[in-house]
Amino acid sequence: MRSNTNSFAKLFLIIIFLILYAPIFYLMIYSFNSGGSMSGFDGFTLDWYRELLGDTRMLIIVLNTIVIALLSALIATIIGTFGAIGIHSLKRNKNSVLSLNNVLIVSPDVIIGASFLILFTIAGIRLGFYSVLLSHIAFSIPIVVLMVLPKLAEMNSSLIDAARDLGATRWDVFTKVIFPSITPGIFAGFFMALTYSLDDFAVTFFVTGNGFSTLSVEIYSMARQGVSLTINALSTVLFLFTLLLVGIYYILTQRGGFRVGGWLRR
Amino acid sequence: MNRRMMRHLYMVPYVVWILVFVITPILLVLYYSFFDIHGNFSIINYERFFTPVYLKLTINSFWYAFLITFISLLVAYPTAYLLVKTRHKQLWLLLIIVPSWINLLLKAYAFIGIFGAYGAANQFLEFIGVGARQLLFTDFSFVFVAVYIFIPFMILPIFNALNGLNPALVDAANDLGASKWTTFARVIFPLTIDGVKTGCQVVFIPALSLFMLTRLIAGNRVITLGTAIEQHFLVTQDWGMGSTVAVFLILIMFVMIRLTGFRRRGV
Repeated sequence: MRSNTNSFAKLFLIIIFLILYAPIFYLMIYSFNSGGSMSGFDGFTLDWYRELLGDTRMLIIVLNTIVIALLSALIATIIGTFGAIGIHSLKRNKNSVLSLNNVLIVSPDVIIGASFLILFTIAGIRLGFYSVLLSHIAFSIPIVVLMVLPKLAEMNSSLIDAARDLGATRWDVFTKVIFPSITPGIFAGFFMALTYSLDDFAVTFFVTGNGFSTLSVEIYSMARQGVSLTINALSTVLFLFTLLLVGIYYILTQRGGFRVGGWLRR
Repeated sequence: MNRRMMRHLYMVPYVVWILVFVITPILLVLYYSFFDIHGNFSIINYERFFTPVYLKLTINSFWYAFLITFISLLVAYPTAYLLVKTRHKQLWLLLIIVPSWINLLLKAYAFIGIFGAYGAANQFLEFIGVGARQLLFTDFSFVFVAVYIFIPFMILPIFNALNGLNPALVDAANDLGASKWTTFARVIFPLTIDGVKTGCQVVFIPALSLFMLTRLIAGNRVITLGTAIEQHFLVTQDWGMGSTVAVFLILIMFVMIRLTGFRRRGV
């Protein structure tokens, strides 16, 4: 009986894993198809990869995406970390500030995109690089705050008192006491912000102008025109890149001790 | 006084962020919802929202979001339950999460190929003798792909809840003669209800507002609140009506959060 339920359980999990991974491998396998469509494998070719590499427009879009992700994650991490320290030091109204902080996390992307579009139009900011960058910073800040706050709560506050008693300046307290003890949270926040930015489609779609595009938006407009195996080649590259990030993350968790749980993206 | 101000200087960017990017956008949406397409102040958008066209759209949107959430839960709970019992469960969990890291658009695009007229799904149907049929641009494909995309987001909080469950409670129930089903219905499920609520929250709200799936997979057959907002803002340029739909989506969001309590994804 027991082995029976066990094998049923195994079968169920195997089916779930198959379903989860099948579409991804389907994409990657057809990136080598010389037939030009995602049905019927005609023969092996690397043409789509060659086409991808030769596509300067695509390379610029990839660069755009990476620059936006790195810059927005960096700025959001700085603002978010100081925000978290500020929230942590609040005596009253902590919960109301936290609720405000969380608004952008629970808001659907469409709402964020539409409301930011109104905001940028009214403020007279031209839609393009800066509007996308500002939006990505804006929706990444609350995630950083949520990753840093638990580390601040874990920190022993008598350490700060001790440092003060021993004559440390406020800056010393920050760089020598607070910062080292919340570093894992800051790194986790930075990585989360990075992945949120890389993965975002809806917000960028609303606030980007004619001349500027990120990968997600580009894939969307390509996919609307139908199947193009260059997208498949791109997906293989992105999948390998993702695995690399997972690897880095896995190493970080082994050392830093934060949970897998914080890593889900929208 | 000046010293105190200086001490709080580091918080300025964060406070500015809250004012400019959290509070202002919501107020702007609310403000714009009172303007018609010609820029005149009116409540015509709200009147339009309560016409059968928009009410039907809202109900439809709810129905699909409910269906997507419910099916995700039906698949995710047993998966999480079985995952917790495996050895190396953190590694397996990571493997469940990896697909959620792949760009959403690429996953949707994969299904354009799989569900296409000559795609893998139809070849399979031919093979088992059912015969090929139209799969892409149907309600079925929309719900299937949405469930596919949301499943990891549902599994994770349930996994964490089950993982935190004290096994002694299950043993106690067994010792006291409870059947497997009673143990599940009276002990395990009630104790993991928080995980279920979190999962439902992180699936239901995005499911209400999906718009790229309705375009790519459902071929505009399914229109959700999200699609309506996108349509008004980017196609017909009727920002007033788009904002009105957005106001209702924000209200629904707050009701959902009240019902399930705020939880961060994955906690």
